[in-house]
Amino acid sequence: MELIFEGILKAFYLLFTLDPEVLGITLLSLQVSGTATLISLFFGISIGTLVALTEFPGRRLVVSLINTGMALPPVVVGLFVTIFLWRNGPLGFLGILYTPAAMIVAQAVIATPLVMGITLAAIQALPKKLRLQILALGATRLQMVWILVKEARLPLLAGVMAGFGGVISEVGASIMVGGNIKGYSRVLTTATVMETSRGNFDVAIALGIILLLLAYFINFVLTHIQQRERPR
Amino acid sequence: MIAMAPLLAVKELQVRRGGSLVLDISSLTVEEGTVLSLIGPNGAGKTTLMQTLACLIKPHGGEFFFKGEKVLSNHGLLQYRRKLAMVFQEPLLFDTTVFQNVASGLKIRRMDRSEIEKRVKQNLQRFGISHLIDRSARKISGGEAQRAALARALAIQPEILFLDEPFASLDPPTRESLIEDLEKILRQTNTTTIFATHDRMEALRLSDRIAVMNQGRIFQIGPPDEVMNQPRDEFIASFVGVETILAGRVARKGPSTFIAAIDGQEVEAVGEVEIGEPVVFCIRPENVTLVVSPHPKGTSARNVFPAVITKIVSLGLYYKINLDCGFPLVAYVTGHSLENLSLRDGMVVSASFKATAIHVIRKTKKLPVPSPPSHGK
Amino acid sequence: MKKSKTIHAILAALTVLLTLTAWSPVQAQQKNIILSTTTSTQDSGLLDVLIPIFEKKTGYFVKTIAVGSGQAMAMGQKGEADVLLVHSPAAEKKFVAGGYGINRRLVMHNDFIVVGPSEDPTKIKGAKPTVEAFKKVASGTALFLSRGDNSGTHAKEMGIWKAAGINPEKQKWYQQTGLGMGQTLNVASEKKGYTLADRGTYLALKKNLSLDILVEGDAILLNIYNVIEVNPAKWPKVNAAGGRAFADFMVSKEVQDIVKTFGVDKFGSPLFFPDAGKKEEDMGK
Repeated sequence: MELIFEGILKAFYLLFTLDPEVLGITLLSLQVSGTATLISLFFGISIGTLVALTEFPGRRLVVSLINTGMALPPVVVGLFVTIFLWRNGPLGFLGILYTPAAMIVAQAVIATPLVMGITLAAIQALPKKLRLQILALGATRLQMVWILVKEARLPLLAGVMAGFGGVISEVGASIMVGGNIKGYSRVLTTATVMETSRGNFDVAIALGIILLLLAYFINFVLTHIQQRERPR
Repeated sequence: MIAMAPLLAVKELQVRRGGSLVLDISSLTVEEGTVLSLIGPNGAGKTTLMQTLACLIKPHGGEFFFKGEKVLSNHGLLQYRRKLAMVFQEPLLFDTTVFQNVASGLKIRRMDRSEIEKRVKQNLQRFGISHLIDRSARKISGGEAQRAALARALAIQPEILFLDEPFASLDPPTRESLIEDLEKILRQTNTTTIFATHDRMEALRLSDRIAVMNQGRIFQIGPPDEVMNQPRDEFIASFVGVETILAGRVARKGPSTFIAAIDGQEVEAVGEVEIGEPVVFCIRPENVTLVVSPHPKGTSARNVFPAVITKIVSLGLYYKINLDCGFPLVAYVTGHSLENLSLRDGMVVSASFKATAIHVIRKTKKLPVPSPPSHGK
Repeated sequence: MKKSKTIHAILAALTVLLTLTAWSPVQAQQKNIILSTTTSTQDSGLLDVLIPIFEKKTGYFVKTIAVGSGQAMAMGQKGEADVLLVHSPAAEKKFVAGGYGINRRLVMHNDFIVVGPSEDPTKIKGAKPTVEAFKKVASGTALFLSRGDNSGTHAKEMGIWKAAGINPEKQKWYQQTGLGMGQTLNVASEKKGYTLADRGTYLALKKNLSLDILVEGDAILLNIYNVIEVNPAKWPKVNAAGGRAFADFMVSKEVQDIVKTFGVDKFGSPLFFPDAGKKEEDMGK
């Protein structure tokens, strides 16, 4: 119990004194997970909407693939991304293994199916006649898609939070592809694991608390946007 | 008489679904500023026709013309689509304020803000929902939502308005008030409207012409009283119902009753009207009494007319008697009465009905059209 | 509408934050060295001191990947690392013999110790040689915790069991954690069991543990660190020059001097003993 208390104290100490290493780790966590989430939003919402609105042969298969992708074990993603990015692997020429860029890639791979699946369900949940109504008001196909996405913004924002939440807390893939290199590819989650294995429990707990605060703050902002959108 | 090109003209329009023909209209025209109702059973093709004319469905054959120009699949299609609006049975409003909803068609057309605001406020007022301007569309009643949907459509100032059973989900009093308001607005704005419904009373109240559809085809089309009084066949007859529909104009009025001139006759009814106003009378056949001697005394019916029996149809338990009083009239008699009165084709009888038995529909006077008169109403 | 302005502001702030270096420039391949080493080496903190000096001196960027010795050598075998700093002599010899590594050079050593609860139920304290202590544990009831992760520590432990002629697998008193040294020590402390640990990690965590040093000083307990360059002949993409530079650095006098005093101020005794230039056979005498 006192260990947790010590950890809380340490967390405040580190934050209050703006410990540069912790600050750097926190900033990197935000950057990596934030970028990965943005990428996943781009691909996830566009492809999810496309699949939701189009009939094509094999659609059922694609939908079940997307739904399966939502449950991809992150550590498996990390393993495969590592193998691809190895020097002697197919994408080795990119030279991004053990860099934050690789972490962004792995996290984007983890988050995208999540956002895709939620978008797919959200768009499909809209009344079928709504598309016709929008077209019958003179919209182009593109305008129609945009209006539908706006209509589904509540569940879509939930998808954003799910995607971000999933990757800010991800550790297995991040360690594998990032290497947990000090001051370079070390993020809150990977640093927590390392400090734990070293037995520095107070530091580990402190980092964990900072991670929780970060995640809470981001989700608070997103929730505020999501709920504030409701007019009286 | 100078004939104006109809706003919409349809030629050999065909739509297939699953191999069979679900729409097959050899010809149809709609004049500008008129309201055309499509009535018919489910699956008759009303929705298919409207959605095809709104370019939401692609026809498999035939063509249609807007203001004389052919509406083609790709070229200028968006331009045409932006001239029309459709309202469905469900309001299908967006999850935002009523203002934003009514403005959506205008935002799609990238209109500028001040113009949008002007039009939205105007239409909210027309439909009596100005007080809901900032309310969330999710928090208004069904009737209010349908008003908002109509306001949204009219804000666009469409050249053609399509209404697909817009009142079907509303309860009777809400429906009543909305139909009344809509009828006025359509006349005032002179909006060409095509309107599908199950309810022949609605069709009666709102339209200049009724088309009876079944199995993708139009079986009969014409002014309401013509279609309803002179159905071409038994199917149409069963669909349009058996009331007598009479169209006329108010000639004189008294404290609680008024006289309308109908086909040269004068008919008395009860209601609040203006002189010169167009009205439509609906008379149920069971309210028509037949007497074989002329000018019966002691009846409280003021509407007594000499009539010739034109047709007698057996309906099992009773008989339907078609009469000509100068205007067509339908009466029911029991087999017993038929025998007692020895009714036969060509016989002259006295037909009467009470002024209170007439269901009066007031039609808003159309705005005078400054250009050459359109033909045939 | 002020609502969309707020959203735009948030999005703008986000974009600025993210473009502020999330995308680290893909550094020139030649400037990167991938150093594969063990978690215990990294956890000792020695590399945190040495690597910045090396980087400043040579301009290389060292990516320290800390995994178990087994994985470190596997990476070297696949050409996915440039230089290894490991402490698993038997496996290392196989590695070099297989042609995967060149210039295996002695860097330093520290030692292992056998730790256990102060009550010492199996009474192994002071047993000599260590093999005897292990035999005693095998015949007792108290637990022995093993890392079980192919690390150098684990390899050393298995070597001692082998020398004792005992197979601990599946024995009631034998548990494998699959965890790093620090965590394994914690487990041993919680469960009041015995374990083999490197002195450095034990010293670092001592205050949180209820374990005492029971056996030490035996030659078999020497933990010898070697630096091995990955063979560019097998894997042309390897940064041979960088690997060589790092290896040379590790055996240089400058580093050896640092190693000699590293840890003294914190623990009272150095964590490692410099050995560059010596022969392995001479060690422990």
